[in-house]
Amino acid sequence: MALIELKNVTKTYFLGEIDVPVLKGITLSIDSGEYVALMGASGSGKSTLMNILGCLDRPTTGEYLLEGQEVGSLSGDRRALVRNRKIGFVFQSFNLLPRTSALENVIMPLAYSDRDRSGRSRAERGREMLRRVGLGDRMHHYPNQLSGGQQQRVAIARALINHPPVLFADEPTGNLDSKTSEEVMAMFDDLNREGITIILVTHALEVAEYARRVVHISDGKLVSGSYRKEEHA
Amino acid sequence: MTLGSTTVLALKALKRNPTRALLTALGIIIGIAAVITMMEIGNGSSTSIRNSIEKMGANTILIIPGAPRQAGVSLGAGSQMSLTPEDVTAIGRDCLAVGNVVPIVNARSSNLQLIYQNQNWVPGELVGTAPEYLDIRNWTVVEGRAFTAREVASRAAVCLVGQTIVREVFGGASPVDSRIRLNNSNFTVIGVLGEKGANMMGHDEDDVVIAPWTTIRMRITGLKTGTATNTTSTASTLPGDLYPAEGVAFYPEQAENLETDTLLIPKFTQVDQILLSAVSPEQVDTAVDEVTTLLRERHRIKPGEVDDFRIRNSAEFMSMLSGTSTLMSNLLLGVALLALVVGGVGIMNIMLVSVTERTREIGLRMAVGARSRDILQQFLVEAIILCLSGGVIGILVGHGAGLLIESQLGWPIESSPTAVVAAVTVSAGVGILFGFYPAWKASKLDPIEALRYE
Repeated sequence: MALIELKNVTKTYFLGEIDVPVLKGITLSIDSGEYVALMGASGSGKSTLMNILGCLDRPTTGEYLLEGQEVGSLSGDRRALVRNRKIGFVFQSFNLLPRTSALENVIMPLAYSDRDRSGRSRAERGREMLRRVGLGDRMHHYPNQLSGGQQQRVAIARALINHPPVLFADEPTGNLDSKTSEEVMAMFDDLNREGITIILVTHALEVAEYARRVVHISDGKLVSGSYRKEEHA
Repeated sequence: MTLGSTTVLALKALKRNPTRALLTALGIIIGIAAVITMMEIGNGSSTSIRNSIEKMGANTILIIPGAPRQAGVSLGAGSQMSLTPEDVTAIGRDCLAVGNVVPIVNARSSNLQLIYQNQNWVPGELVGTAPEYLDIRNWTVVEGRAFTAREVASRAAVCLVGQTIVREVFGGASPVDSRIRLNNSNFTVIGVLGEKGANMMGHDEDDVVIAPWTTIRMRITGLKTGTATNTTSTASTLPGDLYPAEGVAFYPEQAENLETDTLLIPKFTQVDQILLSAVSPEQVDTAVDEVTTLLRERHRIKPGEVDDFRIRNSAEFMSMLSGTSTLMSNLLLGVALLALVVGGVGIMNIMLVSVTERTREIGLRMAVGARSRDILQQFLVEAIILCLSGGVIGILVGHGAGLLIESQLGWPIESSPTAVVAAVTVSAGVGILFGFYPAWKASKLDPIEALRYE
């Protein structure tokens, strides 16, 4: 069964008198363990699609099944729960809390899990995550004491803290130089190898190169379907 | 999300910007401190005013005979001799709201002359009374002693003199044990009264001689037995009653016919006035009611008939003074509450700025699974913590300021538990009231917009 299934999803913004259709019927299926790059020009609707996939927004029509569960029509609080449990987000601008240590940043989502956990076991899990992204020695550093690459790795650790099956990355290398970009992309590669589904939004071809599959979107529609790329070396 | 973890979260958020947190709470700190200090000063001053009023005799009640009319002509207040020594005893025994009660016999001062050696003086007042008079008037004896109940019973020729008399007659020297003459009677000065100064009417209260009322009645004013309307006196003049002592007979038992054969020591059947004190200023009205009921009963006044006595008290005077003090406290409290509201608006302002500034944080929290009520809770708890800690600091600062004022300015201070409870409640209330709008605004943010916010 597909991890993610979109069936004829549309999204229309109603701005007063004018209806602005942004997504015009998207049907897409992503299996568990895939590594997908979502590409498109500005205004193509890729961010909107990303928001719907990330349960931040609802489709106007159509169905969205995540792990077989219809999530497109859930209430705000239910979608918050889905985001907490099943989805990890990595943003272009890292979005770390200022003046808050790397560890505190990583365990922040645990505060919203209803799983009861003591402060100590939360911190232990946060440390484990930070070690996994190679920041075992930077746990108590504040974001402004970390390099851009390190900050993004903290953000990745935060996204993974609840062991979500799918990780969304919105231009994860947009604020990084090419060397650290490579590091971060290598980390995504590793995570994908461990079985985490990764969906990457980008407009940079060299970033999309890392993905096993590239989906092009243009003017609210998937362009000539999606195509699978050969496994690169 | 539990309240406990929200609190931890809010504390962490506040810790991220301690200076701002402190400045924000400052409004509340000042407001609460002002409330506490005002309440302490208000309480202190109203207590001290109360004490002064009690010292001035706000709880005293004066009973004077009524003003009878004969054939439509009023004879004036006090012209009827309706009060008896037995009334005094009965009031002291039966009225629970009455503390002390004493009879008063006044001598008209214009007829009076005090002579000591080659000095003479007309005392402003000559009061014949009982020893408790000094307690009722809050008067102290600074030198010598007061006269005793026994000296009252035995009509001893002793007296106390006020400071003015000491100055004018004795030239400031100690008058104790001096012998003076009042009109034609010899008295021994046994004590000197403390200084009281002028009363509210400008009347010099230290220009006074106080003596046992029986003595004054017998030696100065005369008996006035003739005009008494109440002749049911059972006052005893037997030596055994005049000199009460357990089991000791001072004199041999009198034969039954002895009293009729002996020259009668006159029985005093009236007093000019009765002065009494209520147990507290609040009890004045109760005491007046009790005394009225008792005297009407004792004087056999039928329902519907007018009293043959009048009761005066200083309740009006007292309510005026305490009213002033209450007014002042309320005014100060109003100003302080205004300061609190201003503090609350400050909190709201900063919380709104904080919500705007932390829009991305809010978006992020929503993206990782915070529900809108989690966000609402977080910001509301932050505001409440700010207000409550401001409140606690304010209580300490306010109390400190109170103590400082007490030690530096000498104003009376009285700590007020009510104000502390009110301050905590109000500051938490201000937190909820003024923290709700920003928190609600934060919780209504769209996560997509919030994440994109620059």
